[in-house]
Order: sequence, then structure tokens, then C-alpha cells
Amino acid sequence: MAASCVSLLAVVVLFFCLSAHAVDRSNFKTCHQSSFCQRQRELKPGQSPYRALLDTLELSNSRLALQLINDNNKVRLLLELYRLQGNMTRLKINELKPLKPRYEVPDVLMADPLTEPLSVVVQDENGLVLSLGGAEQRLILNARPFRLDIIEGPQVLMSVNSRGLLAFEHLRARKDTKSESDTEETAGQENVGQQIDEIIEDEEKPGMWEEVFKTHSDSKPDGPSSISLDFSLPGVEHIYGIPEHADTLKLKNTDGSDPYRLYNLDVFQYELHNPMALYGSVPVLISHSTERTMGLFWLNAAETWVDISTSSAGQTMFGKMLDFVPGSSEAPQTDVRWMSESGIIDVFIMLGPKPTGRLHSVRFTHRAVDQGFDEHDIPYDFIWLDIEHTDGKRYFTWDPSNFPQPKDMLQGLMDKRRKLVAIVDPHIKVDSDYKIHSEIRSKNLYVKNKDGGDYEGWCWPGNAGYPDFTNPDMRAWWSSMFAYDQYEGSMENQHIWNDMNEPSVFNGPEVTMHKDALHGVWEHRDVHNLYGLYVQKATADGLIQRSRGVERPFVLTRAFFAGSQRYGAVWTGDNAAEWGHLKISIPMCLSLGLVGISFCGADVGGFFKHPSAELLVRWYQAGAYQPFFRAHAHLDTPRREPWLFGLENTALIREAIRQRYALLPHWYQLFYNTHHTGQPVMRPLWVEYPEDMVTFAIEDEYLLGKDLLVHPVTDEGAKGVTVYLPGKHEVWFDVHTFEKHDGAQTLYLPVAMSSIPVFQRGGSIICRKDRIRRSSSCMESDPYTLYVALSSQASAEGELYIDDFHSFNYEKKEFIHRRLSFSDGTLTSRNLAPDSQFSTSSWIEKIVIIGGVQPSSVTLTTADGAETALEFDFDSETAVLTLRKPGVNAGADWSVRLR
Amino acid sequence: MTCVHLLLTFIFTVSLGTPVEIHRPRGVPLTKRQFYEENKPFTCLDGSKTIPFDRVNDDYCDCKDGSDEPGTPACPNGSFHCTNAGYRPTFIPSSRINDGICDCCDTTDEYNSGAKCENTCKDLGRKEREVLQKMAEITREGFLLKRQLIEEAKKGKQEKQDKLTGMQDNKKQLDEKVEAMRTVKETAEQPEKEAKERHLKAWEEQMAAIRLEKDKAKMAEAFLELDDNADGVVSVSELQSHAELDPDADGTISETEAQGLMGGADQLDTSAFESVWTNIKDKYKSESQPVESAPVETPGEEVKEPVGDNDSEPYPEEDISEEDDEEEDEDDYHEEDDKAPPSITTPEKSQEDEEAMPPYDAETQALIDAAQMARDDFNEAEKALKEADDQIGNIEKELSFDFGPDAEFTYMYSQCYELSTSEYIYRLCPFNRVSQKPKYGGSETNLGTWGAWSGPENNKYLMMKYEHGTGCWQGPNRSTTVKLTCGKETVVTSTSEPSRCEYLMEFITPAVCQETSSSDPSTHTHVEL
Repeated sequence: MAASCVSLLAVVVLFFCLSAHAVDRSNFKTCHQSSFCQRQRELKPGQSPYRALLDTLELSNSRLALQLINDNNKVRLLLELYRLQGNMTRLKINELKPLKPRYEVPDVLMADPLTEPLSVVVQDENGLVLSLGGAEQRLILNARPFRLDIIEGPQVLMSVNSRGLLAFEHLRARKDTKSESDTEETAGQENVGQQIDEIIEDEEKPGMWEEVFKTHSDSKPDGPSSISLDFSLPGVEHIYGIPEHADTLKLKNTDGSDPYRLYNLDVFQYELHNPMALYGSVPVLISHSTERTMGLFWLNAAETWVDISTSSAGQTMFGKMLDFVPGSSEAPQTDVRWMSESGIIDVFIMLGPKPTGRLHSVRFTHRAVDQGFDEHDIPYDFIWLDIEHTDGKRYFTWDPSNFPQPKDMLQGLMDKRRKLVAIVDPHIKVDSDYKIHSEIRSKNLYVKNKDGGDYEGWCWPGNAGYPDFTNPDMRAWWSSMFAYDQYEGSMENQHIWNDMNEPSVFNGPEVTMHKDALHGVWEHRDVHNLYGLYVQKATADGLIQRSRGVERPFVLTRAFFAGSQRYGAVWTGDNAAEWGHLKISIPMCLSLGLVGISFCGADVGGFFKHPSAELLVRWYQAGAYQPFFRAHAHLDTPRREPWLFGLENTALIREAIRQRYALLPHWYQLFYNTHHTGQPVMRPLWVEYPEDMVTFAIEDEYLLGKDLLVHPVTDEGAKGVTVYLPGKHEVWFDVHTFEKHDGAQTLYLPVAMSSIPVFQRGGSIICRKDRIRRSSSCMESDPYTLYVALSSQASAEGELYIDDFHSFNYEKKEFIHRRLSFSDGTLTSRNLAPDSQFSTSSWIEKIVIIGGVQPSSVTLTTADGAETALEFDFDSETAVLTLRKPGVNAGADWSVRLR
Repeated sequence: MTCVHLLLTFIFTVSLGTPVEIHRPRGVPLTKRQFYEENKPFTCLDGSKTIPFDRVNDDYCDCKDGSDEPGTPACPNGSFHCTNAGYRPTFIPSSRINDGICDCCDTTDEYNSGAKCENTCKDLGRKEREVLQKMAEITREGFLLKRQLIEEAKKGKQEKQDKLTGMQDNKKQLDEKVEAMRTVKETAEQPEKEAKERHLKAWEEQMAAIRLEKDKAKMAEAFLELDDNADGVVSVSELQSHAELDPDADGTISETEAQGLMGGADQLDTSAFESVWTNIKDKYKSESQPVESAPVETPGEEVKEPVGDNDSEPYPEEDISEEDDEEEDEDDYHEEDDKAPPSITTPEKSQEDEEAMPPYDAETQALIDAAQMARDDFNEAEKALKEADDQIGNIEKELSFDFGPDAEFTYMYSQCYELSTSEYIYRLCPFNRVSQKPKYGGSETNLGTWGAWSGPENNKYLMMKYEHGTGCWQGPNRSTTVKLTCGKETVVTSTSEPSRCEYLMEFITPAVCQETSSSDPSTHTHVEL
């Protein structure tokens, strides 16, 4: 799950999609309407029927395996435990002898994770104790009932199946066919192989063999196959993650409501603050307390529901599970339960302790838009083309009347050093004269319906086929279609976005594909949440291949799964021009960042409806500080290029966009770090201040990296905002006024329309390019200005990362990575990557030192030892010292001494 | 290291045929040259600061107004002057200097970016002159056409005025005629009315006599019926057998009640019964007729035909009927009203009065025919007057339009101009409406009806506004702005929808061509030399 390729791009866009279906909650299932969820939820906490058969224990260096038996029906399961690098434990549970193989999610993990040794410390008839390596961490396996506890010293970190909600619907023969085998006992025995005990079938329940939702029937040829497991987290009150939901950052209790649902769906103009599923799913949950941060990764691509129940201190329902840890039953606790429709239980338990961009435009009249942005001196990097650019919604083609010469258009953009993003959706118009369709059909690479014919559904082009992207052959062929000689009219400055890849099927159940459609031997039920990831992967691979592996791709996707960050950016789908949607974009992107998908943004201004000028300005201001920055709107909404809202608002929007462009070097460096560490670019405050309880539920402000704190204004007519500045020993500087504030306090700050509150942390150095040009690529060689904000100890640190901004050559060590540090009155630039080679023509234009004192002299020392006096200017009112024109190359060693 | 240092440019150009050498820092226009004196300290143009001259164009922004860096991209608010010899000089934002994109046709903005720019000023200048020349030609010819249009409009207007005057005279005569015919009509209608009333009255009297006879017969019959014992008198007990006569409606007639009905008498003979009969005849029910078959009691409620056994939808016609049908229905009703004889009789009475009114006598009929003729003549006269009024209205309406200062737009009135795009046919009918019709089926959409001239203050006749077109889904009504430019023909050249449901149409016409000055148009291009 490591992070994505960096492809830093910058700004602006406008629009459009198509007219639409209406908001209708009843189009989507509740838990009650999803028969497996209903069945699973009927099962209440209690004594687990599962028992570990200790005599089946197998232990190798890194793997432990043993069987579990369900004493009610005698079905046996195989449990496997692995100890992985990075303080992770992998727990897999499958049927010992399933009737047919159950789906295990491939291609999400970058490689098989490296294992670490595992050893049994104690074993008796009641269970066994495993050492999980250092830090006194032990795993206690209780045999009867089956249960796992992970402890550190005297503390329980996590318990598994402590509420007895492990449930595994084993595969079974269909009743009508089984009635025959009932008479032939031996045949039944053969089916279950060498199992010792005879299986006692569960009671038949409605929905096990067929399920009907609205007018759609799910044939369920394999019958019930769902799985469930519970986890208890003592001492935990705050959990996050499992995007995508239009809900608060901190997950809510689902007692008495529906569980959070993970099932990639095309939800039209979604509602806020509810656990309904949206376009993407990342089944990663993160718990946080002042003590530690832990993670659970439930690797399953089927429809999944997650129940969460948090009890505050003293209210623990199952306090007795902690009885061997005296006193801790008073602690708060969070219980989590995962339920998936099919597949196996495969969960990665991450035991801490570490808590662990740009604006883009879409429309027909692209030239007019292009000129408009230049006339109004508003920078942008991308023009976006939605489905109307194609010839009758046949992707990889151009509408002959509006885009007769796509290359001329692309060349025109290239002359301005700009780029284009064209849409390519995964539904393929059924039309025998359309090459893409006829080839996929002849290669037999479409998803099949339950009867074996090509699955067809209704989408933008009308009747459409859906390529089976789970098939590597399909993906390889798809990738090859992006070659310049295949995709006619395409050029190297054309990038791609994938929409509708949940997949969206207008006439399908819940606007998506039938679960009994077939991807090779697997049902759509098994792979649903992975489909969008595969579409984006095949597209990104295609863009890499067309440049023979040289150029970084840019692919935006609406549907996603764990690991989608490797292939590009994600946006929050078809939102609306409402203040609530602006507000929710913050927790939605924070959630995505926490689970690895950092390159996230919302359509600026909202996709549906018409924003007021105030909302639009506030959204530009907020969006300018989110990783993915794109203005996009529905075709049916009035035009909203920034200059259509009057001179004053145009100026405000221009200023917001210029602030973003100035910070692009910082964004670039943040993405570089994310690429290496997986740390989110956009972070909740608690990630950096894990012991500060105040931060745990904050979702109206956030950090970019660790040095910029952003508080967007998300209320209509707001005259001020309440900002919490974290960190007892921190100081924070307002980036607009350089005013200094102490940390660990809540401030009420008046706000004007001109900007939103942004603070730079004292102790940080941020590199900016203050010369704003038409597009980011025009700024590549421009000089840097360093903003050095001093801590209370008068020191500061920062980094600068530079490469060619477009290719994979950074992998060949062609980049500059420097550490900038200020202490004892001296600022130095030190090479962090001595073995890499890259030269830049960028230089250091200016150094701004915030929060210091007036020096008497400033001396620059260059790599050759030469010393030059620098002119400077000190503003005693703001305590800002500006050093004039050091002029040194950004890649060189140098230091500046203040005296 | 690519620090850009002070760069002075030496530009050799030609002015009035005499070679002159001008020194000025890069990016400075001639008009500001005097502020940048070499080797003298430079004061920012806003006066905020004075710096050594070697800091002018040293790629570091010292002046808040950006004036120290006219030739570098260092200041956010700077501007760079391109001389563009051979074409138009221009200013560009200094952020476009050395950004790899050629902005100035003389290439001077990209002196250090590696961008390969070609000097295109001469080409551009030539093309511009050509365009201007062509424009001037078009304008000249267009203006000649415009003159003709003005002439024609003048003539047309005069004709219309004359016609109007003629029609107004005609109208006066028609007015008089209508009045005369009205008098004739009214004169003829008076005797007609009287004769018809006489006829009706005579018939009514006849009918009353018949009714009286019938009543008497009925009374005699009732008397016989009541007189059960046929003793020639009706007794109290005989009356009691007719419960329907019960005054307090309790179902039985007491003796006192019967006596009350009989005016205090114990029994009544035929003549005494006569006075009682008037009191009871409304209630009295003949024994020979079954009670159920009483005549329809409330004919008013029965106007709507009862609907068979479909009780869920008592009046299904209402759901089916559409506007058009309703209108037709109304017409039908009127026709029926016209055709129906003037009947004041209720259905009950008509049942009673079996005989219809007899035809008018010859004298009355002659009076009616005469009156009808007078009415027809009058209607005809009135119709002619209305037509004349309409025609006058139309001409007055046309004359009331603002067809421009010299009525040069008159010729477009009642014309339509079409533009066919790949999907739609757009239709502009000046002073009337704009519409859009899909090429391949579908109904026409109104993009606005004539609103007003909406050009800039100095010449409002450069734009037309059409408003209140068909409403947009979740949006405003469609509207169209028509931009007029000078041309030899009258053609719609393009349409677009710059904002949702707000259309823009480009329309060329000689009517907006301005008189060109006699001088050569190429001298209008200001070329800095």
C-alpha cells in the first residue's frame, strides 16, 4: 500500500457531465434490504460457537496455522497468522475445505509483505501465547471459545472474536440439488471431503439463494457466503477511516442506525451525514487514543458493512473480557464488526505506535475558456473534457463537429504549456462499427452475465458492454489503446480521467452491475469494489507505456479501493453547490488521506446547482489548500468561470489560485514525502499532535504536512472563525499578516472575504515560488523564496525537492533533495541526496525570516567559500526580516549567517 | 546560475525615414523613457523608493509598483512593453517574460527562456492592414447600401403614412356607415319585437285556457276518486285515506286535520270541493297512478348525465378533455345556444304542454325577415370597420418601431434570417422573435421575443435584445442578444450560448455601416517607430 507516483500539476477547470437521474435514497439498499447484512446483524454478541483445535497447530518460522470448528454445524475453518514487518499481524480465515474456492483479493498489495519470525511462548490445553517480536507484545489465542487478544505488557490492545461474532457462511450445495444427495449420504460426505464431523446445515433463511431488490433479482448460484468478525479496542474512543462516506471524520456509533457501508456506487447528488456507500471504498479503519494509533485493513472487495459501537469510560458492556487485566474495565472501548458478502477473512492488524495537487477546467468551448483565463490573468494548467467531447460517447474518439482537429487543440494548449484531461469511461458502446467494442467482443474480454453472454447495461452511450478489467489480458489490451498510434488525436499533454467506474449501470441494481455477472470464474459480487481500481490501473499503465515508461501519468478516478493512490488522484464525485458540501469536503479528504489516498479534492463550487458568488469564492479559497484542485460543474448549471462573478470576486478567486501556485514547491515536496512514507499530505491535527485530546474530533481545520495549518471558511456570511492552534510549545504565524500566536489555544479570528486563515508553524521553512505565471510549467525555472518561521527556540527546518516535474527519472536518482535548517542565526542548505544528480536553473530569490530580531549584518557563504554581504530589510512591526537576493542556485550548498 | 542581470536593449528603428538610436531599459515604453536615466539613481514611479540604477532590471523586485523591473518577471504587478515594430506596440504582464511562450510578435519577451520565437510583426502588420482595408471596403460599400436602405425606408414610410391617412379617411366613412346601419337595424327590430311578443302572448293565453280546463277535469276526477261511496260528497274519512295530504306529515290525517283541510266542514259537495281543491291539488296523488312514477322532481340536478356503473370516476370526461377539446366544446355550446328556439319553458312544463308554439303568421314573419336583413347589413359594416381598424393598427405598430435614426433597419421588419448549424436551425426575425429548431425533428424553442435596442450608450443600435423565451429547466427564460456588425449582406453568421440559456447571435447588416473618412485606412494603425 505504498504511496503513489508523484505527478505534480497545477490548476483550473470548468466542466460538464450530463443530465441525470434524480436523488433517490430508495435506489440504494439499507442493511435490512441486503440479505446477508440482515442475517449477520441478527446474530447478537455472545458465546462464540467456534473452538480452536490446538492439535491441528502447524508452526513454521513466520506462519501459524490451525483449524477452527463451529460446534453448532461442525464446519471447519483454517486460521493462518503471519507476523509482518512494520509491526503488523495478518490474520486469514477461510473454510478448510470449501465446496469451491473462495475469492482472495489480488493486486492490491504491491508485493507479498515481508514476514518476521513468530514464536510460541506458552501452550496448554486452553490456548497458546505467541510472541510478536519486541515491545512485549503477545498474542493470546484462547481455544474455547475461540478468541484472540493482542496485549502489550499488561495492556490489551485489541481482542478478536471477543464478542463471538465470527461468522462464516460456508459454501453449501443448493437445496433443490441437495435433496437428492440427502438420500445418498455418501455423496454428501464426498462433497465435504475428509471432514471428520458431519455438517449440520443451518436453517434456511430468506435471501440465501435468491435476493430481489426493487425490480432486480440476484440469482445467487452459490448461495450464502458471507463472513463477519468482531474486534474490540479497549481504551479507544476515536476511530477514523473506511472512506468513502459523506460524514464526519471521526466515525459515529452505528447502534440503532445502519452500519457504514462499503460498496462502490454512483450516488447522484449524495446526502450528507449518513453511512451510505459512495463511489469508492477503502476498508481501512484507524483507531487513535493518546496512547497509540492502530489500524485494521480488511482485505475484501465484496459488499461490506461496518458496525461501530463506542462506549465511554465506565460503560463497557463486555468488561469481563478484560478481567485478567485488573482495573481496566473502567476504560472506554470501541467495538468494530466487519461483515462482507463473500470472499475470505483477511485482515491486517497494524499496531502503531506511530500515528501515522492542484486546480484543474472542462468545457466545449475550450478556446474561449483558455483566452478567458489569460485575459483575467488567472493561472491554470488543465482543461478538462467530459463525455461530450467524444463521438457519441465512444471513448477514445473525438466529436467530429466540435473537435475536428484534436491535435491542433492539444498543440495550442502545449504552446501555452498547458495540458488537457479527457474522459475515458469503462462502459463501451455496443456498436459493431466501433473498434473498441468489436475488438473487446472478439477477444471475449467483456464481463459476462449469469448465463454466459456478454453483460450489457445502460449508460451514457445507451447500451454498453463492460470490459472485464479484473482480467490481466483485458487490462493489457486497454493500456495498449492509449498508444499515440491507437488513440487518434492524442498527444503527450493529454491525460485521462475515469468516471463511472464503480461501475455505473443505469439500469442495474443500485445503479451498478448485477452481482451474479461473471468475471471469469468469479462473480461480480466478489470483485465489485476492485473494479474501479483496475480501470484506473489499466489507464495509468497505458499512459506510462505510450511514453515507453518515461512520463508519469495523470489519471483521475471516481471509484477507488485500497491502493488506488498508486495510479493517480481521486475526487469526491458529484457534489452540490451548497455550503454543507464545501464543509464535508474537508473530512472526506482527510479520511482518504488517512488510508493512503492523499491526492484528493472536491469539485470546486459543487458539481450540481449554482453557487452564490460568496460560496464560490470560499470554495476556491478552500480548494486551493486541498491536494487536488479542480473547478467542475454540471452541463445544465450556469457557466461559472471565475470572471463571470464580477470584478471583485474575480480578483478574490485570482488571489486564491495564486496562493496555490506560489505554494506548489511545498505541495511537490509534500507529495514526494508521501510517495516515500505514505503519510497523508492533508492531515487531521491529531496525526501531528497525538496526545492532544482536543484535536481528536477537529475536522474544520487541518494540516498540510506538519507545517501549514488551514482553516477554510465554510459558513455563509461568516464574520469570523474559531481556530484551534495545537502544540503547547508551538508558535504559529498567520501567513497573510505574519502575526504570531501561541500554540495550545483556541482563537476567534475575524475573517474578511479576502482570504481564509492559514498559519505556518514556527520552526518550519517553506519554499515558495512567488512569481505566478500562466501555468505551473511556466514556473519550473523560476526562483524560490524561502519562508523561515522561527520556533520559540529561534530555529527552523524544512526541505526542498526538485526534479524535472514530469518523468520517472527521479527513480534514476535525478533529483535535488535538500535540507534547509536554521539555528544559531545561521541558515544552511544541505544535500539530503548526495548520490543523486540533477541540475536546476532555479535560484534563491529571497529569504523571509519570520519572528526574529534585526541583525546588524547578513553574510552569504557559497560552496566555494566565497562570502558576500546580503542587503536586508527588517520590519520591526511584524518582526519580519527580508534578505535581498541571495542569488544562489537552489541545488547548491550555501549558508547565510545573521549577526 | 541564471541570475538575470541588468539588460539594456538597443533598438534600431526607423522613424520618418531618419535612423535614430534610442537607449532605454528593456520593457520600457518610449513615453516613460525619461524616468530611466542611465547611471542616475532610479526612483520608483510611485515615488516610494530610490535605488541605484544597476538595480533596474536586475531580476529582483524593489519597487512596490513594479517599475524597477520593466524587463524581467520579478515583480508581480509589472508590465512589459513590446515595441513590435511593424505592428501594434503592446504591454504584457511581466509574468509572461521568459515563460517559454512567445507573446510579443517581435520576440522581445523571450530573451532568456530558450523558447524559439519568430518575429511575426511584419506579417501581422500586413495582415492587419489587409483586414482593415477589406473592412474599409466593406464599410464603404455597406454604407452605400445603407443609404439605399434609408432612401427606401423613407419612401416606404411615406407610403405607409399615406396609406394610413387614406385608411383613416376610409375608417371615418365606415364608422358613419356602421352608425347608419345600426339605426336601420334598430328601427326594423322594434316592430319585429312587438309582433313576436304579441304572437307569444296570444299563444300563452290559449295555453292558460287549456290548463284551466285540464285542472277542472282533474278536480272532477279527484272528487270521484275521493268520493269512495259515490254519495256525491267527500267525507272526512274519505279524505283521511289520502295520507299524502297530511299537513303535519306524520303519516296519518287526523279528523281535525281533515276538517281543517275541508275548511271546517264535515263533508263537501262538488262545488264546495272546488275551494278545497286549490289547497290540496299540489299534494294530491291520483289513486290510478303508482306513486313512484311521479314526474321528475328536480330536473336541475339531472343536467349531468348519470354515469353507468363506473362509480370510481363519476366524470371521466374531465380527465380526457384537453385544452383544445374544451375550446371546441365551448364553441359547440354557443352554436347550440344560437340554434335553440328561445325557450323559457322548463322540461316539466313542456311535458305538460304537449303542443308547440304555432308558427308565426305571415305578417310577423315578414317583420322578422326585414329585421334579419338589417342585422346582416349591420354586421357586415361592423366587420369592415374592424378590418380597417386592424390594418391601421398594424401600420401604426410598424411605424411605432424604432428602426434606427434614419429608419435604416426598416427593411428587416417582417423578414426572417436563418443560420443552420450541425444540430439546429436558428431563426432571427428582427423586431419579432428568435427561435431554434432541431434539424432532425423536435419542436421549435423560442429564444426570446423582441425587447429593445441594447447596444452601448454611444450607439444602442449595435445590439438587439430578445427576451422572455421558453423557460429553461430549473433556470431562467431563454433570451438572446443579437450583435450587429457592418457587412454588405444581411446574414446571421454565428450563434452561441455563452451562459446557460443566454444566447448570442452575430448578425451582419449594411444598416450599421458607418461612413468612412476619406483618408487611407492604413494610416489609422498607429505604429510606433
